[in-house]
Amino acid sequence: MPGAGTVIESEGRSRSEDLTFSIRGLTKVYHMGETSVHALRGVDLDLPAGEFVVLLGPSGSGKSTLLNIVGGLDRPTDGTVSFRGRTLGDLSEGALTRFRRDHVGFIFQFYNLMPSLTARENVGLVAELARNPMTPEEALALVGLTDWMDHFPAQLSGGQQQRVAVARAVAKRPEVLLCDEPTGALDSETGISVLEALTGINRELGTTTIVITHNVVIADMADRVVTIADGVVHEVRQNDSPKKPSELAW
Amino acid sequence: MIRLLAILDRKLVRDLWHIRGQVLAIALVIAAGVATMVMATGTHRSLEETRAAYYDGYRFADIFAYANRAPEAMVGHLAEIPGVARVESRIVDTVLLDMPGIVEPVRGQVLSLPEDGIAALNAIVLRRGRLPSANHPDEVVVSEAFAEAHDLLPGDAIQANLNGRRRDLTVVGVALSPEFIYAIAPGDFVPDDRRFGIFWMGRDALEAAYDLDGAFNNVTLAITRTAVEEDVIRAVDDILRPYGGIGAFGRDDHPSHAFIDGELDELEALTTVVPPIFLIVAAFLLNLVTGRLIDTEREQIGLMKAFGFTSYGVGWHYVKLVLVIAFLGIAIGFAGGYYTGRGLTALYGGFFRFPFLYFSLDTATFAAAGLISMAAALAGALMAVRRAIGLQPAVAMRPPPPASYKRTVLDRLYLTWAFGAEGRMVLRHMLRWPLRSSLTALGIALSTALLISTLFFLDAMDEMLELFFFDNQRQDVTVSFTLPTEDAVAADLLHLPGVHAVELFRSVPARLINGKLRERMGITGRDPGANLTLITDVDGFDVALPSDGIVLNDALAEDLDARVGDLLTVEILDGRQPTLTVPVSLVVREYVGRAAYMDRTALNRLVGDGQVASGAYLTVDSDRHDALFYDLTHSPAVEGVSRRRASFETFQQLIDQSMGTTVIVYIAFASLIAIGVVYNSARISLSERARELASMRVLGFYRREVAILLLGELAALTLIAIPIGCVMGYYLASLMVQEFGNDVFRLPLIVETSTYAHAAIVVVLATILSGALVARRVAKLDLIAVLKTRD
Repeated sequence: MPGAGTVIESEGRSRSEDLTFSIRGLTKVYHMGETSVHALRGVDLDLPAGEFVVLLGPSGSGKSTLLNIVGGLDRPTDGTVSFRGRTLGDLSEGALTRFRRDHVGFIFQFYNLMPSLTARENVGLVAELARNPMTPEEALALVGLTDWMDHFPAQLSGGQQQRVAVARAVAKRPEVLLCDEPTGALDSETGISVLEALTGINRELGTTTIVITHNVVIADMADRVVTIADGVVHEVRQNDSPKKPSELAW
Repeated sequence: MIRLLAILDRKLVRDLWHIRGQVLAIALVIAAGVATMVMATGTHRSLEETRAAYYDGYRFADIFAYANRAPEAMVGHLAEIPGVARVESRIVDTVLLDMPGIVEPVRGQVLSLPEDGIAALNAIVLRRGRLPSANHPDEVVVSEAFAEAHDLLPGDAIQANLNGRRRDLTVVGVALSPEFIYAIAPGDFVPDDRRFGIFWMGRDALEAAYDLDGAFNNVTLAITRTAVEEDVIRAVDDILRPYGGIGAFGRDDHPSHAFIDGELDELEALTTVVPPIFLIVAAFLLNLVTGRLIDTEREQIGLMKAFGFTSYGVGWHYVKLVLVIAFLGIAIGFAGGYYTGRGLTALYGGFFRFPFLYFSLDTATFAAAGLISMAAALAGALMAVRRAIGLQPAVAMRPPPPASYKRTVLDRLYLTWAFGAEGRMVLRHMLRWPLRSSLTALGIALSTALLISTLFFLDAMDEMLELFFFDNQRQDVTVSFTLPTEDAVAADLLHLPGVHAVELFRSVPARLINGKLRERMGITGRDPGANLTLITDVDGFDVALPSDGIVLNDALAEDLDARVGDLLTVEILDGRQPTLTVPVSLVVREYVGRAAYMDRTALNRLVGDGQVASGAYLTVDSDRHDALFYDLTHSPAVEGVSRRRASFETFQQLIDQSMGTTVIVYIAFASLIAIGVVYNSARISLSERARELASMRVLGFYRREVAILLLGELAALTLIAIPIGCVMGYYLASLMVQEFGNDVFRLPLIVETSTYAHAAIVVVLATILSGALVARRVAKLDLIAVLKTRD
């Protein structure tokens, strides 16, 4: 029976230096007044480097909580997350910020661009933080926005805004790209163009990419599909022949 | 429906609690406006009513007249003048006293009390002891201020020089009088309770001392309500002229009355200038906050409307929010104004020497302050509430269009590249909402200006004293003679101990008339080339006294509406009492008192009693003061002596006491406003940009970096606002100068660099403090929630 603590590992992927994330017994309880909500109830999961992972699950399953903890935005109630052998739980607030700054690229459902900066400047803002960034022009070329670099967010379509967000996330060449419903606010055609940008980066830069979605179709393009329900990992499935985004339809 | 409304009210309470810091800051700004209004009008009204009741209860006279020696029978003639209700004749003269602990002779005014003890006019208020008894001519009642300054109690002895004869007097009582709410020595501008006192003795005793048996030299009259003061004065003058009458005068020329009028005018000016500014700032803050709150509640507004609330129901909900804040501010303001007003009234009361004090705050004062504040608050919030009323439910529930930024002029000029990404974000955010940014800057500028215009009083008061007592006066000691004295007296004075230089002056009472305007003034005659007292033209340059014509100082010229070249009618009230026509030859600038000057020789020629002087200015060795003052006190020719240093200190003390306290209260209120404005601006900025800033935190920016982005805008707006505030402050100060001019003193428009700096420091500190409070909130930004919400 698949359930709490079920781990399916592929052979040869168990050494910690090949794992981007190693998660053990991860529990998160939110106290809301007199009731407690168990968002995660002991998650064990290993995510190998360079994979394109899709986290599937219904609303309230705990997938966003998992992503937030993995991305250093939230702290677990119990259990550990190690990033390339280092335990995130031990890090101070400042060190967690440092971790996000140096290693993680975020992409959100609602883009979260700075409205007062142009596309080029939005990318540049984050690139300035990085040690070995791409130029904003390179990053925007990767997502096909060379012609829109000097536009402000309000002058761009939703898909274009999300592609700016992708460029912003990848410009610092992060090890991990965390995407929370990146196509949730987009129509399918635009959504596919964003997914193409994401897979392109995953292939070209080898960035471990974790995408949260409740759109089952997107799972077809993943190397690994993790299904979460009721705060536990329900199933981990490896996909040996991922599809291209252009082959998807919803 | 009632249940729903109740729930809506619960939302209101929670909304208010959520923004409680801002609610409090705005309420305090409103409170500051209301409090200044309640305080200033309350103090003004209380003092005015107290004075009116005092005058009424103790029968303060309407008209006052001096003569040399008028037979008592004239009282009957005076009483027959149409419009005269009551007449009381008296003996009033000057007296010199030896008081321990004071080097110079102490001056006093001695007044007779009717032997039956019941004064028809100007009754005294006995505070201690009793009235002099008929058969004890050496008993005296002393004014309370003087008694307190010298620790005098009934039973104490004082030595006085009455009409050139030394007398040992016994204090039997301590009293107040409506005539001497302020006791100002002749020729002085302000009271000096140590060096000038009022003494009351029995009529018989004074008749004997001043050789005035069956005669009087002073008379006071009360007139009926319908009488015309000017007509009565003319009639009194006609009766007294043969007896050396020197011109009757009304309350307006009465030193104590005029001085209090001046103080009350100042208070009134405070009520007209300051509270409106406080209220404007408060209204502007409310506009910002309610506008912002309503913008963040678009979805809830849409929902309420979708549920069937009317637009006006929703509008009313937000009006109530504003009303609650305004009520809170008004309530705090009422309490604050009541207590500061009471404190200030008590302070002035102690200073003015009233026997009792009404603190009266009528409901009209509260109602006016409350209504004005409420109207200002509602006007401020109206725009934002109208937006809420106008929103369509479907529109309201959709997210607002994303903030659209455009390239700014600065971008086009490639200037923004100098600022880096953070600088560009700050700059574009400011330019994206130019109205809001300029209003915030305006709010900060206004509070800077308010600070400058209150702090400047301290500079102006110092400068006024400096100019008057140090730049325009060089003498150490001023001596006044009992009678006009031949010029040979100068040589005598030079022989007194320690005297270096002597300069004679002549002082003559006169009435100056320009058309319908008339002023009772002393004309001071000075010698050409006099350099112990200087005059300064309206541009601030020293000028020589013209040898002909009359010189007016600016305050007197304004009261008479006279300009250089105008012909004045001058009624000399001394000697032959001639009436002449004299041209105004010069208008000079003086910040203290009102004055008219002439060449002494020319003045003597007009009066027609030879080349004489009324007094002299001396420069003196400070270590010979004791010997000099001993000689002066014991000379029957000397009526009074004053030391410039002492006059300066007294004046300074008076200014500090009367204006100083009020000014400090205003400085405190202005600081409060500065903090309120800056804190609110910072909070609004934070709530507007919470999402943007949280996103940056998620992207790996440190709290510090994000806080700098937020505070950068605040800092930029503050930096822009301060210089604007300095300019506005200067103009506000010039408005204050115009409003505050009175007969006792005017303020020069001088704002020291240090005042600009102090105002700027207060505003910068308020910015830093608000910034620190807001920066703490950056740490609490909810990084996760922000990612789930739409723009």
